[in-house]
Amino acid sequence: MNELSQTPPAEAGEQRITRPGLLEAWRERVAYQALSLGLVCALVALALLLGNQLTRQRIADAELQDRLAVLRQVLPQSLYDNNPLADAYRIEDAELGMLEVYPARREGQLTATAFQVSTIGYGGPIVQLIALDSEGRILGVRVLSHKETPGLADKIEVARSDWIKGFDGLSLASTPLDQWAVKKDGGQFDQFAGATITPRAIVKGVLRALEFQARQSTAQSNQETRP
Amino acid sequence: MSSQCGSADVTAPKPKGLFNYFSSALWDYNVALVQMLALCPALAVTTTATNGLGMGLATTLVLMITNAIISALRHSISPAVRNPLMIGIIAGVVTLIDMAINAWMHELYKVLGLFIALIVTNCAVLGRAESFCSRNPVLPSILDGAGMGIGFTWVLVVIGGIREILGSGTLFAQASLLLGEHFHWLEITVFPDFQGILLAILPPGAFIVLGFVLAFKRVIDRRRAERRVRTHGELIVLQ
Repeated sequence: MNELSQTPPAEAGEQRITRPGLLEAWRERVAYQALSLGLVCALVALALLLGNQLTRQRIADAELQDRLAVLRQVLPQSLYDNNPLADAYRIEDAELGMLEVYPARREGQLTATAFQVSTIGYGGPIVQLIALDSEGRILGVRVLSHKETPGLADKIEVARSDWIKGFDGLSLASTPLDQWAVKKDGGQFDQFAGATITPRAIVKGVLRALEFQARQSTAQSNQETRP
Repeated sequence: MSSQCGSADVTAPKPKGLFNYFSSALWDYNVALVQMLALCPALAVTTTATNGLGMGLATTLVLMITNAIISALRHSISPAVRNPLMIGIIAGVVTLIDMAINAWMHELYKVLGLFIALIVTNCAVLGRAESFCSRNPVLPSILDGAGMGIGFTWVLVVIGGIREILGSGTLFAQASLLLGEHFHWLEITVFPDFQGILLAILPPGAFIVLGFVLAFKRVIDRRRAERRVRTHGELIVLQ
């Protein structure tokens, strides 16, 4: 940081001497320095507080719209008349960790469920949204956020490639467990040239969501048959 | 001036008038190409021309605001604590702009969001505060910020444009997200059905393209100097 100050532009300089006495003397005092630093920090903090007040609601609204737009991509409008975002809940799963569940209901009946799942890819967590209908078929998968290599692994985005649509219609019943892997691992899903870890993470996330729903429904039917 | 282009030893030009603060920053004292500052964001965001443009404009805005504030406070800032003070102000302004873009230009924020916070670490902003605003009145400081920012912007757009054409075969893709629907005509597909040279989009591509842009600027500067020697009969060593 000191390098920056070593070469003052002499010709652009303005004589500080013209500013007389008092301020000059004060500036050298520790108390002045500490106070000015504290004052500026306080003012900046105040400005940030005000800025946050002004923008918080709008940002929250915009993010809600974003999530609704993605949800519409995986959940056909005909399947629900509720607001899945409002009915969303978080659930802790032993295998998946925290996941968010968006239930889609029509006339009170559960028709489909969208799961927000996070798996670890090559560049960090990949957050994906997986929608399953009540029979456990995949309605759609979308990647919400990722930090994978652009050009190599970003084909998981629906804007760049149709690869992610290859999951549509599959279910645990239609595809045997050992096929839920990329081709390199002996499964049925394509990897990308130069990127295997990314599609592997997606397949893993989808499979986990399917298994989670299967576990839940067996648990539910056990509960129902017990009494 | 030595031919080394390291750090901020390129000082402000001799002012021939207020406008000169602005114009000299565009080429002769360009932040990225001459002062070699701000290369981290310059290399990181320039995968497309649109990203470069957005980052450049955001940086310009930050530079103008922080330059004005720091210049206005220059007499009361004690040299001993100036760096934390300036960083505090710069970080505050950047965060406010980040929130404002997120709230009122949300589509743009989805494209640029990750990079706006990076402006805090853009050493060009602190560099101008330190070497220019702490010694100059408010108006020249604002002009300096605008010039430095726009000088930075055009370099980002050029690097981004070259990388985008080579890497994806398009130019200004998604520009309407940044500038509004009226700018749809800017979005050009240069090579349809082009697979793209992956290298251009990856980080090494940024360094290679930057190298070519630097070399090109040197060639132009040399031509200009030679022409000046011929017409004025004097030798002006630019670098």
